[in-house]
Amino acid sequence: MEVYLDNSATTMCYPEVGELVYHIMCRDYGNPSAMYRKGMEAERYIKEAKETISKLLKVNAKEIIFTSGGTESDNQALIGCARANRRNGNHLITSCVEHPAILNTMHYLEEEEGFRVTYLPVDECGRIRLDALKEALCPETILVSVMYVNNEIGTVQPVAEAARIVKQYKQSILFHTDAVQGFGKYKIYPKRLGVDMLSASGHKIHGPKGAGFLYVDSRVKIKPIIFGGGQQKDMRSGTENVPGIAGLALASKMIYQDLELKTEHMRELKTHFIDCISQIGNVKVHGLTDEGSAPHIVSAGFAGVRSEVLLHTLEDRGICVSAGSACASNHPAISGVLQAIGTPREYLDSTLRFSLSEFTTKEEIDYTLETLYNCIPMLRKYTRR
Amino acid sequence: MEFHSFLIKYGEIGIKGKNRYIFEDALVRQIRYALQSVDGEFLVHKCHGRVYVDCEGEYDYEETVESLKKVFGIVGICPVVRKEVKDPEGLKKDVTAYVGEMYPQADKTFKVEARRANKRYPMNSMELNCALGEAVLDAYPEMKVDVHDPEVRLNVEIREEVYIYSEIIPGPGGMPVGTNGSAMLLLSGGIDSPVAGYMVAKRGVELEAVYFHAPPYTSERAKEKVIDLARLVSAYSGPIKLHIVNFTDIQLAIYEKCPHDELTIIMRRYMMRIAEHFAKKNGCLGLVTGESIGQVASQTMQSLAATNAVCTLPVYRPLIGFDKKEIVEISEKIDTYEVSIQPFEDCCTIFVAKHPVTKPNVERIEKSEINLADCIDDLMKTALETAEVITVGA
Repeated sequence: MEVYLDNSATTMCYPEVGELVYHIMCRDYGNPSAMYRKGMEAERYIKEAKETISKLLKVNAKEIIFTSGGTESDNQALIGCARANRRNGNHLITSCVEHPAILNTMHYLEEEEGFRVTYLPVDECGRIRLDALKEALCPETILVSVMYVNNEIGTVQPVAEAARIVKQYKQSILFHTDAVQGFGKYKIYPKRLGVDMLSASGHKIHGPKGAGFLYVDSRVKIKPIIFGGGQQKDMRSGTENVPGIAGLALASKMIYQDLELKTEHMRELKTHFIDCISQIGNVKVHGLTDEGSAPHIVSAGFAGVRSEVLLHTLEDRGICVSAGSACASNHPAISGVLQAIGTPREYLDSTLRFSLSEFTTKEEIDYTLETLYNCIPMLRKYTRR
Repeated sequence: MEFHSFLIKYGEIGIKGKNRYIFEDALVRQIRYALQSVDGEFLVHKCHGRVYVDCEGEYDYEETVESLKKVFGIVGICPVVRKEVKDPEGLKKDVTAYVGEMYPQADKTFKVEARRANKRYPMNSMELNCALGEAVLDAYPEMKVDVHDPEVRLNVEIREEVYIYSEIIPGPGGMPVGTNGSAMLLLSGGIDSPVAGYMVAKRGVELEAVYFHAPPYTSERAKEKVIDLARLVSAYSGPIKLHIVNFTDIQLAIYEKCPHDELTIIMRRYMMRIAEHFAKKNGCLGLVTGESIGQVASQTMQSLAATNAVCTLPVYRPLIGFDKKEIVEISEKIDTYEVSIQPFEDCCTIFVAKHPVTKPNVERIEKSEINLADCIDDLMKTALETAEVITVGA
């Protein structure tokens, strides 16, 4: 049995999306900047994609920039705003549990461009401490970035509250959210949340890889970070990835169809899964297990078993999961998020992330549980003496 | 400058008496192997006790030289300009043109070394030396003759065509692979073992290799990494037959039944036994490891003796006297370093004692191994039977 439980790393493309991407690549392959009809047809895909996505977010179509994915969206948001608003101050705020696309961009701005960055601490569930945010805000602050859903443990951040605090302190401070794990799981309306910028990625929502978007409120001052032919109103040069963009838009539309049913389905499986693994003994589910956590992510430590060993054991039985966060798994370092929430030592290097999708079935979850029941006692026999 | 051929200089193999042809044929074969992936058409042939690579039409010069530099047995690579045979006046023009293009400053000391293999040519070697030397001096007043220690040895050979060359690019030395039997390399994902394989191949030894993986304690990527390393070594050694052995069950049995501080040494003894099994089965004449005295607990003199005790074939350890730094230097030179240091998790750490024995006693180890008596034969049999064999670099 093949069970894919690594949907926070990437997802299967919806077949309809795959077909559309293929069709555009092979048939409607025109360059959207071209003057003839074929170019215009390609341009139409982009226009429609903007409309689809802006409708889902309830924003203006002009406020969507297409990028190569979550990482580029985050880079564009942070670097582009930091540079454009430097005159108003040089202080940035983020949390210590952000994705590397945020953290490493912040490090770059700190080390190479002279900005000062505050990394907010989190509570034992992984939620940013709002009191710490209040304390960190200062007249120099120009930008705050807080993720929507944590990619490693699934904690939903109090984005609306954080944005409110920031805007109450000073209306002109910009607020960005990395919603790569939240978009497609929650209905997100940036304007109601008080969010000025939002990053999302196609391949986490059953769309193509290499396509993502950044929502930027029309009042935000931002500079491009990629230069060239001036596409997308000079904000993001480079011939538009038409198949990717159209695929991203179709996937966005599809994932939001019957969203409540889908999240309910995932939530049910997640709760069932957590209830059952807790019975194994010496298992710790990180973060929150209720509505305060995303419906598709379970992060759990199995004391006495190295996560890589358990991962390969599951792999051998057809089950794909990741150790910590897949994006960081080529550097087998201990997860910063797990450390930040004060995880006990024995769970730090024994944690796996199971991430579900709307396609995950009860049978798959039960098969995974059965495999865990069988393997963990066996693996626990062989621990370093 | 456009070169049409390479003259291959070989050192040691020139002195092998009646076996010489074996070495030359192996050299030709290895050169052909090295050039098979290079853009261009090459004719590799022996002629008058020399080996030539003739390049037919367009080819990539840099890539060709880089590939030839990986062929053991080559001491020097001389890029040759080929011209048709002309009368002495025409020949002088070709030679001076060559000098002008190779040394635009034209301010070197030089010596002409002419050879007339084609005896119908109207001037003999001595006359050619004089006439061509004079022509070069006339054309470039800054050039000076030095017959004892010239900066440039201008070689002019008259054959069916005229061969002109003066540069020698150093080759790797050693002996052509395939002239000294074959050996079984114990290949891990580390820095040392690929270098050990390279060193032995350099002496003309063909390689097979054995890798032990322990899923789920080692990952599929770690295995890929070893295959990548074997491929890099095969650029020098020629194709490598790689035996991939699943070692998990043996490791677990040792872990359960033997004293913990002896785990590594007992594990290594079983690895040697398995490697020797495949070596003997495939006609290899020895085992090769990347061990160096004292580098880690399992490489002390006592530990080496304890692992050595299970083998009847000789175990070659070409890095035995090398420091880590020296090994790293070679691995960088042969391009294996970058791959070796890729950090794929090695979960075998659970099988490593915090304080392993550094001075194992063979008798004690043998006694510990008796604990495995009830299961080890079956486990070994399964490990040998289920080994996966792939050929890398063919």
